Amino acid sequence: MVNKVGREIPEEILKQTGKEVFQGIYYKDNTEFKKQGPVTKVVMNHDTSKMVGSIHEALVKCGAHDGMTLGFHHHFRDGDLVVNMVMEEVHKMGIKDVTICASSLGKAHDALVPMIEDGTITGIQSSGVRGKIGQAISEGKLKGLAIMRSHGGRVRAIQTGETTIDISFIGAPTCDDYGNCKGIGGKSDCGVLSYSFVDGNHANKVVAVTDCLVPFPNYPADINMTKVDYVCVVDQIGIPEKIATGAAKPTTDVRKLMMAEYCTQVVVNTPYFKDGFSYQTGVGGASIASAISLGKIMKERGIKMGFAVGGMSKAMCDLLDEGLIGKLLDTQDFDTAAVESVKRPNHHRISAGAYANPFNKGCFVNKLDYVILGALEIDVDFNCNVVVGSDGVITGAQGGHPDAAAGAKCTIVISPLIQGRIPAICTKVTTVTTPGESVDVVVTDYGVAVNPNRPDLLEALKAADCVPLYTIEELRDMAYSITGEPEPVQFDDRIVGIIEGRDGTVMDVVHKIKEFTFEDEK
Amino acid sequence: MNPNKKRLRRTMMFLNCQKPGLIKDPYIYKPDSIMLDLEDAVAEGEKDAARYSLFHALQEIDYHGVERVVRINGLDTAYWKEDIRVCVAGGADSIRIPKCESAKDIKMVEDAIAAAEKEFGREEGSTLIMAAIESAMGVMKALEICEASDRLFGIALSGGDYTKDLQTTISGGGVELAGARQHLIIAARAAKVQCFDTVFTNLDDMEGFRKEVEMIKMMGFDGKSIVNPRQISVVHEIFTPTEKEIIFSEKVVKEIDEKKAQGIGVFTVDGKMIDIAFYDGAKRVIELAKASGVYKGDL
Amino acid sequence: MKVETNAVAGTLESSDAMVTVEPNEGNGIDFELDSVVIHQFGNQIKKVVMETLDRLDVKDVRISVVDKGALDCTIKARVECAVYRSNHQTENLPWGGAIK
Repeated sequence: MVNKVGREIPEEILKQTGKEVFQGIYYKDNTEFKKQGPVTKVVMNHDTSKMVGSIHEALVKCGAHDGMTLGFHHHFRDGDLVVNMVMEEVHKMGIKDVTICASSLGKAHDALVPMIEDGTITGIQSSGVRGKIGQAISEGKLKGLAIMRSHGGRVRAIQTGETTIDISFIGAPTCDDYGNCKGIGGKSDCGVLSYSFVDGNHANKVVAVTDCLVPFPNYPADINMTKVDYVCVVDQIGIPEKIATGAAKPTTDVRKLMMAEYCTQVVVNTPYFKDGFSYQTGVGGASIASAISLGKIMKERGIKMGFAVGGMSKAMCDLLDEGLIGKLLDTQDFDTAAVESVKRPNHHRISAGAYANPFNKGCFVNKLDYVILGALEIDVDFNCNVVVGSDGVITGAQGGHPDAAAGAKCTIVISPLIQGRIPAICTKVTTVTTPGESVDVVVTDYGVAVNPNRPDLLEALKAADCVPLYTIEELRDMAYSITGEPEPVQFDDRIVGIIEGRDGTVMDVVHKIKEFTFEDEK
Repeated sequence: MNPNKKRLRRTMMFLNCQKPGLIKDPYIYKPDSIMLDLEDAVAEGEKDAARYSLFHALQEIDYHGVERVVRINGLDTAYWKEDIRVCVAGGADSIRIPKCESAKDIKMVEDAIAAAEKEFGREEGSTLIMAAIESAMGVMKALEICEASDRLFGIALSGGDYTKDLQTTISGGGVELAGARQHLIIAARAAKVQCFDTVFTNLDDMEGFRKEVEMIKMMGFDGKSIVNPRQISVVHEIFTPTEKEIIFSEKVVKEIDEKKAQGIGVFTVDGKMIDIAFYDGAKRVIELAKASGVYKGDL
Repeated sequence: MKVETNAVAGTLESSDAMVTVEPNEGNGIDFELDSVVIHQFGNQIKKVVMETLDRLDVKDVRISVVDKGALDCTIKARVECAVYRSNHQTENLPWGGAIK
């Protein structure tokens, strides 16, 4: 069946997953459902200890079994040690058919590949997968379907009961003996625990894993003791220098600075740029440079940002310090400056659900004026691909991309026109992750294109005469005139994963890769 | 005369011919000229490879009107003759000769270009020349160099080699280059050709760069060699005429056009005595304003 | 033109390609490609290499291209450079003729 973004979703996939095809970003608006609550084992006796001696003991006490689903967060990013630590124990215990439901998986988890190969892990649900796991899935090594879902989509899937987490292991930078967890402090400080809130609320068993046990009560807690079954102290849960990097030096790459300048001009010349506006941005060189130049213009014009939401970095925290932002609503800290800033007033830790879950009574992204995003590919229908690389391998993550794009009034996607020889603006993206209907403006080093469904924005930018404007087709043609017209990636017929829309529908499928064959050798 | 001799050349950006990633789309930074380098940037063993890259770049890449200058290898090397053949065959706009010290150097290159234009069926005189002055002797011979060929559109100071020849170093303050700068701009103006300043290599010192560009503009230079796209906008900004200059120049051009028709030679604009000698300067201001995108008038 | 000795041109930097040619007397053209953009441009790269060899009148060669996202103009330049290097010719090249 062909969905709203023109992708053919095979019947067998719909049958196997019980899902519908994507039918537009507001298809599920106003629908109702009842949230799935967790199994709760009550603790009434004041003598009960939640402390366990090892991950093994935690697994046993939580009733680990074949076919279970485990939850993890990715706040430690490339410095995460928790996933591997738990999975090694699961592997040793000979448990099979495990599904991992993580907020994201990356290079830190390359060690899981042999467990995928031997059937310990047969299901993966994640925002995306970088590194060797992505390669393994694309090679067809995972027995089940990989499900790539957005940060908001993960919360939805868990709350609706589509996914039931049997045990969630929450790496907690600090924790007390009764399970009050915080993202702040300790040796593996990551600032926030936003992605774990939903695990705390809905996983049947919750294990806090920490390398910094603090006196009771560790308050105010991100994950409250009322939701935690066991506490396990280990030597190390993360590698600090890989959790939060030092703040990146602002870029001096002129190409990125040009894109940043175009992006800033788009923001300041569209109608939402007025006192109290809201904004989200990423950590790419151009995004950060744009945030810095935006700050200068805000100061000049006496315009303040009401709030900024999402992942935080030094540039945004500096704007908060300068009094240019009312509130930072933080779901992830990319550098040490952001981790530090969490302790300041007006820098708030929020849950992934409050940030981006499409299935609650309204989340922050719905209140966004602007979001600045990146993409691997953007097609002439403004569909974006942020997951599958030009070699056909799963190599990125949806993150909050489709969530923020759908929520914001003005979604700006930044990408250089050409990456190596790959034209970033193309006729048809390899895989759709974010539907074009939620993308308003594309900024490249060659110029800017506005989605034809936003004539209001186009008019504003034309009137301001502030950026070189082209149609998206013109940008594509410019790219193709330099690179040549690319042929589509040659895939195997087998489907190894699905790209889930944030409302749980099927946006696209990901095929197994296969070796390239020349036209004249077919 | 080749009309390109007088084109606007505020910025001339050096690019290594041997780096495909650099030469594929430098026009997006909007320099006035790019200088595709076969000389110092290319390693001794890759001189041949750089020529193939250069040839196809010249033939197949659309540089969107940016002037394509090629710096060939020195006349004391075994490479320069083949360099000229590939430049002319590929259709380079101009050739920069390094280490010029006499009119004879220019004549040698002029002859080789003429032969190549014939060999490859290019219009005679279509390939221009610029001369780099890199030694004390070159500075002393600047005027004869400037006057050596009809093809020559300008000269450029190359500060690195020149200061070595003077037995000093680049200080940052510019005192060691003061004499050469002054001498070259005077020679170039005497011969009615353009004059370009040397590169500024400390990319972390954007303030120092800005000061130097302000200085060389005041000295009369037409532009500056650039080593990084970051420097382009600074030069263009400094070379952009002020609104006051533009309005005044516009009046001067219009008045002279009008008064000439009426046979009047001297008159006043905004209380200033004006005659035909102001015409070229005012025209130049308007051209600069147009190139900088700040001129909205009808001239 | 005959490929007389082994020769290499180009680098493994982004946007470049490294081309290696070896003599292949009487055995035609053996082509091998390793490219970061093989899916998108594999056929195009092969076409450009074959056309370039044809223009240079190379009938027998083992040619391998390791491509890092080079444009057609770079692929041509590297193939030509490798072939002429294998012939030790560096001057009086046929610009605009066999090199086109």
